[in-house]
Amino acid sequence: MPWFTKSKKETEPKPAKEDIWILCESCKAHVFKEDWFSNLKVCPKCNYHAKLTAYERVEYTLDAGSFKEMFDTITPSDPLEFVYPKGSYADRVNEAMLNTGLNESVVTGTGKIADTTVAVAIMDFRFLGGSLGSGTGEKILLMANYAYHHRIPYLIFSASGGARMHEGALSLMQMAKTCAGIARLNKKKVPYISILTDPTTGGTSASFAMVGDINIAEPGALIGFAGRRVIEQTIKQKLPENFQTSEFLLEHGFLDMIVQRNEMKKVLKQVLSFCTR
Amino acid sequence: MDDYFDFEKPVYEIEKTIEKLKGLSPEKGGLSDEIHDLEKKCQTMREEIYSRLTPWQMVQIARHPKRPVLQDYISTIFTQFIELHGDRRFSDDQALIGGFAMLGKNPVMLIGHNKGKNLEQNIQRNFAQPNPEGYRKALRLMKLAEKYNLPIISFVDTQGAYPGAGAEERGQAEAIAVNLTEMATLEVPIITVITGEGGSGGALAIAVGDVVLMQSYSVYSVITAEGCASILWRDASFAPQAAEAMKITAPSLLELGIIDEIIPEPLGGAHNDPEAAASELKRSLLKHLKRITGYSVSRLTHKRFEKYSAMGKFSK
Repeated sequence: MPWFTKSKKETEPKPAKEDIWILCESCKAHVFKEDWFSNLKVCPKCNYHAKLTAYERVEYTLDAGSFKEMFDTITPSDPLEFVYPKGSYADRVNEAMLNTGLNESVVTGTGKIADTTVAVAIMDFRFLGGSLGSGTGEKILLMANYAYHHRIPYLIFSASGGARMHEGALSLMQMAKTCAGIARLNKKKVPYISILTDPTTGGTSASFAMVGDINIAEPGALIGFAGRRVIEQTIKQKLPENFQTSEFLLEHGFLDMIVQRNEMKKVLKQVLSFCTR
Repeated sequence: MDDYFDFEKPVYEIEKTIEKLKGLSPEKGGLSDEIHDLEKKCQTMREEIYSRLTPWQMVQIARHPKRPVLQDYISTIFTQFIELHGDRRFSDDQALIGGFAMLGKNPVMLIGHNKGKNLEQNIQRNFAQPNPEGYRKALRLMKLAEKYNLPIISFVDTQGAYPGAGAEERGQAEAIAVNLTEMATLEVPIITVITGEGGSGGALAIAVGDVVLMQSYSVYSVITAEGCASILWRDASFAPQAAEAMKITAPSLLELGIIDEIIPEPLGGAHNDPEAAASELKRSLLKHLKRITGYSVSRLTHKRFEKYSAMGKFSK
């Protein structure tokens, strides 16, 4: 599915600047839209790996046409009847569903990477900040169970600001719930690969994201537990620039590798060849 | 200086009056009627205040400076406590301690957040906010318990995992995540009791119990009320509203299926009668220990998996 077709550019009258350029969030460079997408939404100037939607991740990672979505009817409910100044959680959920076309902050299913069948869970930051709610945890566990029963590798792509406050302690429990699913995979020696993308923080990093057999991150991703400002306020010191980046985590021993987006599929294929002998 | 909250003030005032009257003339018969009436009024008032506490008021009681802490329960509920130190990697984190202990006739592995009873202790124990080494020590002790077939009892009372730079460097997220993963399949019974604040992931990292108990004035939340308020209300002073919205009190959590049982406390909080509080706690622990100690490993781990699989409320 082409993101941008040449013929469209030719038939339209001279386009405005905004139509053919993307502004890199990080270095503020203008990048040709075509180059932006052919580079998989990575800035060719500064290598900033921009956030992907779940379906973009599917397209860039899995063999074309191999993805079969599962458990997509699971949606958030409003167990706490949570209301706050911005409105109600129920309204926030409806907005998120309308804006993204998704039912929850994670898309789950099976697919192939170089002909190896895998189970995948791919988080989407656009849906309430990729937050971990009851529905998210349920989908992640169901997919882990599928991988367990069918003995296929499980790949989770994290992109999340953490647990979803609007569901209170139910969100907190999703940390234990998802990790229980991973624990079972370990017992049965089913491979679990965690791919950490920007951002992976809070309750998400403190649960399934950090316990991959292999932890792979994209370059420059924000990966951490507590928020930077909270830490600075606690210790009353400024933190280094590269604090809580993928590179920082690699340096401190918590990642197996950092992989460029355009190499991810190849690297996953290589790693999977060792996991699935 | 007395430790009472503004919502307890009416009670405090009456108690002060009672003390004054008692001191005036202990023998005079006339006054004793008045004292008796005041004591009755005081008790009624107490019952009224504590029957309609707001979640934010609960938080205050859960954080009360005189609320019994782990070291109190170690001396009142357990015997023969042998503390075990260190994570074998980095240091001995005094924010989270553990060791062998006897609960009645039952040998157990006891672990818990270690709040202090005064400022000096709290500073030394980092106010019971563990660094990664605290969680790694807890894991080491839990694996040891598994090796020796000892049930694990975890006492939870923390505002959360320490949000320090060193903590991030040493993998705070990973330490918590590993504990959650390992606890899921531990082959010994795990009984967790929330005795004060259950501060999010920093609490959960030792709270993946087969049974999760909660003292009646404790709270358990995914983020502190102040934290939630500063993000969703853009102002930490809306903590009372955030506490209300997040449903962090024991009765709410029982209803949501997060906890299994509420352990009653003396009126107004365990600090009002620590012995009675300890006695109720001990009774509940013994009851559940007796019940689940008989389970086979496969039944135990299967039930634990089912328990956590069932947590959450969503639509299909």
